[in-house]
Amino acid sequence: MFPKPSPARVLSREQPEPRWRPGLPAQPFHSEIFAPANEASGAGLALALARDALGASGEGEDTRQVLWVQDRAAIRQGGRPCLAGLPVDLAHRLIHVAAATPEDALFALEEGLKCRDLACVIGEIAGNPRALSFTASRRLSLTAERHGVRLWLVRLDAAPDLSSARMRWSARAAPSAPGRWDAAAPGPATWHAELFRARTHQPGQWSLSDDAGTLRFASEPDLEKPMESGAAPDLVHLARPTVGRSLAARVHA
Amino acid sequence: MSIWLARLSVDRWRRASTPEADAAPTALILETAHGPRITAANDAGLAAGARPGMLLADARALCPDLAAVPADPAGDLACLEKLALWAQRWGPWSALDPPDGLLVDVTGAAHLFGGEERLLKDVAAAFAQRGLTARAALAPTAGAAWALSHYARQSAIIPPVVPSGQLRFQGRGTTEGGGGASYRDPKAGLSGQRRSPRHPDPAGRGPPPPVGEDMLRLLADLPVAALRLDEDVLTALRRLGIKRLGELAGVSGAGEEDLAREAAARDALRRRFRNGHSPAANPLLRLDQLLGKVPEPLLPVIARPIPLVQRRLMEPLRHRAPLDTVLADLAADMVRALEARGEGARRLELALWRVDGEVLQRRIELAAATREAGHITRLFAQRLDDVDAGFGIEMVQLRASWSEPLALSQADLDAAAEDHGTSLAACIDRLSVRLGPRAVTRPVLRASHIPERAQSWQPPLEPVPASQHPLAFHTRPLKLLDRPEPIAVLHAAPDGVPQRFRWRGEVREVTRAQGPERIAPEWWRERSTTRLRDYYRIEDAAGRRYWIYRLGLVGDGRGGVPEWFLQGLYA
Repeated sequence: MFPKPSPARVLSREQPEPRWRPGLPAQPFHSEIFAPANEASGAGLALALARDALGASGEGEDTRQVLWVQDRAAIRQGGRPCLAGLPVDLAHRLIHVAAATPEDALFALEEGLKCRDLACVIGEIAGNPRALSFTASRRLSLTAERHGVRLWLVRLDAAPDLSSARMRWSARAAPSAPGRWDAAAPGPATWHAELFRARTHQPGQWSLSDDAGTLRFASEPDLEKPMESGAAPDLVHLARPTVGRSLAARVHA
Repeated sequence: MSIWLARLSVDRWRRASTPEADAAPTALILETAHGPRITAANDAGLAAGARPGMLLADARALCPDLAAVPADPAGDLACLEKLALWAQRWGPWSALDPPDGLLVDVTGAAHLFGGEERLLKDVAAAFAQRGLTARAALAPTAGAAWALSHYARQSAIIPPVVPSGQLRFQGRGTTEGGGGASYRDPKAGLSGQRRSPRHPDPAGRGPPPPVGEDMLRLLADLPVAALRLDEDVLTALRRLGIKRLGELAGVSGAGEEDLAREAAARDALRRRFRNGHSPAANPLLRLDQLLGKVPEPLLPVIARPIPLVQRRLMEPLRHRAPLDTVLADLAADMVRALEARGEGARRLELALWRVDGEVLQRRIELAAATREAGHITRLFAQRLDDVDAGFGIEMVQLRASWSEPLALSQADLDAAAEDHGTSLAACIDRLSVRLGPRAVTRPVLRASHIPERAQSWQPPLEPVPASQHPLAFHTRPLKLLDRPEPIAVLHAAPDGVPQRFRWRGEVREVTRAQGPERIAPEWWRERSTTRLRDYYRIEDAAGRRYWIYRLGLVGDGRGGVPEWFLQGLYA
């Protein structure tokens, strides 16, 4: 009876910030990330952006599933997601779709966007297939905005052709910061991300890193957070911010 | 059963007027092109010489004080419709026989009234009670019943007493006593004499339906007008000298002796009326219908009670807000009633009974059949602004006086999915139907050290088997290649970290490395010659992070120089 607001209204409801930064509450529903095929920077940035968006918008624990669609070429070049390497909060709720052709992948993406029980959809399509035309991307944008399911489409080794994605990134891996415990080891995942087309933000370039599940600018290391991704918990952050406050209050907060 | 309300219009007029008015000669007139013409007259009028079809001026010449009352054919028809429904008390199915007759199917229903004879008596009594002149007759076919009800005696207008003795053999389900006499006796048709065999026939006897010949014998002496023919056809038949049904059936007069001549005569008659396609213009067709040789479709009258919902209120309403609530309830009830009938309302009437007896009416008409409670409520809410509740409203009634078929339409599955999205199960189903069940999977952990074996794929909605959480200090890549790809390495020490490697045609400089993490082959599963793996996490100069391993050790006796593979891609 009450029609859904048009996509234009959905987008323009909040005053956009001119500069993009991680943790913005209003995230677009359809983003594209162009990345080289022989590195996992595209998928990694897509996951980081997705977790950033879900964390910014979601409250409480999100138990909805995440759909990850890959076409055959993307699987051949970039491999399949590895469960043990996924972020812990996503690993148990990932559904993987191995589509044979880009057409099937687009179908799976659209069906996923129509599903109200999905947290988000992540797609990986290699190259510039004929099926992924402007019309197809427009379909994806409209479906995503209509149903409120976000899509991050990773384009492996693709030329940035016409697309209706609201934000278009170009990502590549960047040298990481030294590991906290082993300076010779690769550090947390770091990407050089260029936002070259966005509807609500100015284009820009950033060096982003996935810092223990939090997307942040790599250029301004925050010492309150442990730099080491994964294992050993660094209890420094318990001690540092408690100036003038009790430790218990901090723990309970 | 056919019921002829011989004087329906006069009876209706009489019911509406006083006995004094009925005592005066009165005629019901209809304006025609040639002036007022009499359609019916009461007894006094008939006695005074007024006849149906007469011009009023001619009748006035005979009887100057003849009162003229406009006839009401539409009202007669409406009354007839109501009577048709009312007549379903004798049978489940009734049809109109305009202008003044009813047909009721009483097949198998007569015993409920104690037999056919008593059924007819009941009909006569019931109509007499309503002040209507009625003649009823029972027959196996509608045509025969009609003929009997109209022409069972030559004097059709008689007091509404069904001559039971005469109708007894005409009742449905009765036959001639002897089976041998059941062929047509041409003599009967020829002579035109009344062969009304008065075989006593127990009413409750199991009735083999009388065959056409049998019925023809019984009806042979009825005039051809009993065939429900048009006026001009009757004129033609009269000019041909055919006056009775028997004559029409045995038209040649030769009968059994000369079948060929009979057939030729009948053929001539058929050709004479071959242009009459409607049954009313074709006496042979009508005769066949009367005898039951040709089906005669009839349109039944079906009662359609208008959807009506009402609320009697415990306390009289004096304010608008509770009235709106009641209206919303009524609208919901009405929607339910309409839905049960598969209809939508075009016109809705809301009646509000006030405590002081006043009835307020509000009516809305809708552009299209609707069945939406919210819509109905909104429309009425605008019309209720000027309601004067007085001392209160004690009853509210809503009825749909005009409704149209509105099929129950499912907002189809896709539309629902458009609006609210699909469920996860539906989404998985759609995906697996198009892409195949193997394409949609969920990765689950398996108890294995070998990276490619530590993960398996299962249908997405199946329960995930319990497994040990992977060790947190194992930093695994985000993506694993389906099969590890060999790389060419250049390293300083044979067992050390490579300094440089070539993968997919590109040489990469290793700037950082962590390792080795040794994963031994699963000896309980693999052959003894399987080599161990030393995994390294490396990052090249461009910042790309990979997971590579060396298969085997130098001098482990399980092969030659160890090979290097790239298996995973870190984010």
